Amino acid sequence: MSKTKTKEENEPLTVKIYIMGSAHEVPASLTIMKAMEYAGFKIKRGAGCRAGFCGACATLYRKAGDYRIYAALACQTQVEDGMVLTQLPFVPAPKAIYDVDSLKPTASSILKYYPEVARCLSCNACSKVCPQEIQVMDYVQYSLQGQIDKAAEVSFDCVQCGLCAIRCPAEIPQYHVGMLARRLHGKYNTSTPETLIERVEEIENGVFEEGFKELISLSKDGLKKRYTERDFVDQKKA
Amino acid sequence: MKMIRGYPEDMRKSIDNVNKTRNKRIDQIIEDLSLKERKEVLDNFHPDYNPKFKRNISWGGNKGDNVPNEVADVIEAYPMVNPDDIDLNQIDYDVNILIIGAGGAGTSAALWANYSGVPKEEILLVTKLRLGDCNTVMAQGGIQAADRPVDSPLIHYMDAIGGGHFENKPELVKALVSDAPKIIKWHKDLGVMYDCTEDGSFIENPGGGTSRNRMHCSKDYTGLEMFRTLKDEIINKEIPYLEFSPAVELITNETGGITGAVLYNIETKQYFVVRAKTTILTTGGFGRLHVAGFPTSNHYGATMDGVVMAYRAGAKLRDLDATQFHPTGAAFPEQIVGLLITEKVRSLGGQVLGRNGEQICYPLEPRDVEASSIIKCCAATDNYIETPTQMRGVWLDSPLIEEIKGKGTIMKNLSAMHRMMNRFDIDITVDPILVYPTLHYQNGGVEHDESCHTSLKGLLAAGEISGGVHGKNRLMGNSLLEINVFGRRAGITAANEYKKKSTTGKLSLAHVHKSIKALDALNLKDKRYSPTILPEYRSDVVRDRLVQLYEESL
Repeated sequence: MSKTKTKEENEPLTVKIYIMGSAHEVPASLTIMKAMEYAGFKIKRGAGCRAGFCGACATLYRKAGDYRIYAALACQTQVEDGMVLTQLPFVPAPKAIYDVDSLKPTASSILKYYPEVARCLSCNACSKVCPQEIQVMDYVQYSLQGQIDKAAEVSFDCVQCGLCAIRCPAEIPQYHVGMLARRLHGKYNTSTPETLIERVEEIENGVFEEGFKELISLSKDGLKKRYTERDFVDQKKA
Repeated sequence: MKMIRGYPEDMRKSIDNVNKTRNKRIDQIIEDLSLKERKEVLDNFHPDYNPKFKRNISWGGNKGDNVPNEVADVIEAYPMVNPDDIDLNQIDYDVNILIIGAGGAGTSAALWANYSGVPKEEILLVTKLRLGDCNTVMAQGGIQAADRPVDSPLIHYMDAIGGGHFENKPELVKALVSDAPKIIKWHKDLGVMYDCTEDGSFIENPGGGTSRNRMHCSKDYTGLEMFRTLKDEIINKEIPYLEFSPAVELITNETGGITGAVLYNIETKQYFVVRAKTTILTTGGFGRLHVAGFPTSNHYGATMDGVVMAYRAGAKLRDLDATQFHPTGAAFPEQIVGLLITEKVRSLGGQVLGRNGEQICYPLEPRDVEASSIIKCCAATDNYIETPTQMRGVWLDSPLIEEIKGKGTIMKNLSAMHRMMNRFDIDITVDPILVYPTLHYQNGGVEHDESCHTSLKGLLAAGEISGGVHGKNRLMGNSLLEINVFGRRAGITAANEYKKKSTTGKLSLAHVHKSIKALDALNLKDKRYSPTILPEYRSDVVRDRLVQLYEESL
């Protein structure tokens, strides 16, 4: 038998947050994004995947009695009492136009399209603001030094929210630099496995056509039998 | 409530069971289910097989099809646009190819149309939110391609057909598996960073229902890495795109062919008319309709708009009775309930456990079977774990991965998962993850052929909006593949049409008037409007006030 709950237990715990300057009382368990909706905002900009992958909901905030500026993804961060929030739906940072087929995985490719990389002051403001906790300054430096593999690896988890670019005193569009570094690395620093190339050729040469014809001609029962009997070579089965 | 490293004290007791049994479970393999046993668990526990969540479509070409109530709701809704408000004589964009939806399928279609000779200014890509606000960027685990010598497209075909309960359209599965290696090669040439071993071969993992390891991945950011590369290429090729401009109705001509679409700017609320010789629908799926009341792993705009528009214009739909619930959505903490915990956790060795710390099912069943086994554990046994908000779930033993594959495997291969849980103080290298199925994927949709032609002239479809490729249940890694394979094919088909000299005919919204008439005849109790565009998450008090204001204005 469940005990009767007191009034206090029934009421959800709330916190006071400030959305674009105005105070709202919201349930303490919500994310910043859900709290904004609870408060009555219909979000059009500043929300995309709602799961931490698209970078649409970059948010800056301060907390009561704290001098620091914090950054977060609104969909991945729980509200706290006294948060003063502002959404950054868009960070203007033009992407260079390039033909990746005509480039080499070197520093000069990066500098050609993003010469502002050379202006990096090593202040590390970009790394501090990154909601993915990426060492942004490190990959900018790796790009500048032509260590494209390292730039690609360090920047890999970037969701392109643009917070780094908005905080950078040298006005570098870091997330575009990382993108170029990854494409150069993916294209030039690793080879295409022979098995893949051979398989593409086999398919183009029609090697599997007879097999498909036979499978497609099977009745549903025939397919079921074939399916049940198929072997598993990579996985251990009971 | 006392919290210990991210979990409430109560739940810690069950975590102790998980830790105690781990050594014993390392080599323990639970038998997978036979086809007969699969059917039994699906019939009893999968929402698809529960009549209370479904009803028959009451009008149009698929009248009588049994679909989720939420799907019927948007199909049995009035157009949000009054067709008389649209001036079809004023054409705002006149292009050859209109692509509606800028996720993986839409961007692939745009690129391949361009590669195939269509000048960029003859292409227009439109999207509801930003370029890339799509489910593609949220796909984590991988993409299937049978490129190893021990594998073959024929084996991939069997896996996909069996996973789909033998209801897939065979020629579409053949296209899917045959194009797969070509797609990986294309991506590699673009510079997509697929994970490789030291010797340069691809890392390939298993997935639920695959009989070979063929899941190519980029850590657990596979969709993001793929999409941001395609997006980079769209911008490099200077293909025009419009953001925050969803299509809200297709445009037809006197013979019922498709000749473009009406767009709606969600900020300025203006309508725009696009005339196009070929229209490609790549609008994705329906996660945000919250089928059967489930939370979803899908992005904000996944409201099935494309299917609704196509249906009004007379396109044939199929397999919409089948909804995919991903077995492992987050069940704790409350802030992230329903978000995806990638199947890759199980690909790498993670097991699914009950409260007692023992395995409840084979961890790599096809998704519908795995999800049903988890629902069964939570609904028909007491072997589940309950959260402080009374959500039930089972454990996904992530720390086991570190035991099997070595320390550091999680940080290297599952950094997105580690990061997401770590934001809530949970370290998945040490503690398991509480999971419960989440609404993940629209298995069915608009029917198309191998070249992406729908039943309507001038209309192509590709990606999650479509039906037939996956039958009644999609396997892991076949959706990232599908959007590329059929996006590419749609782009090439549209380019072939471009080369033919044809005209669109006279633009018309007669089909919208016709739909309104058909809906009037139904005498519906609830008057709804669609496409939905964005789901409604404002609190009841705010919504009540908006309704009050609206009624006062009448």
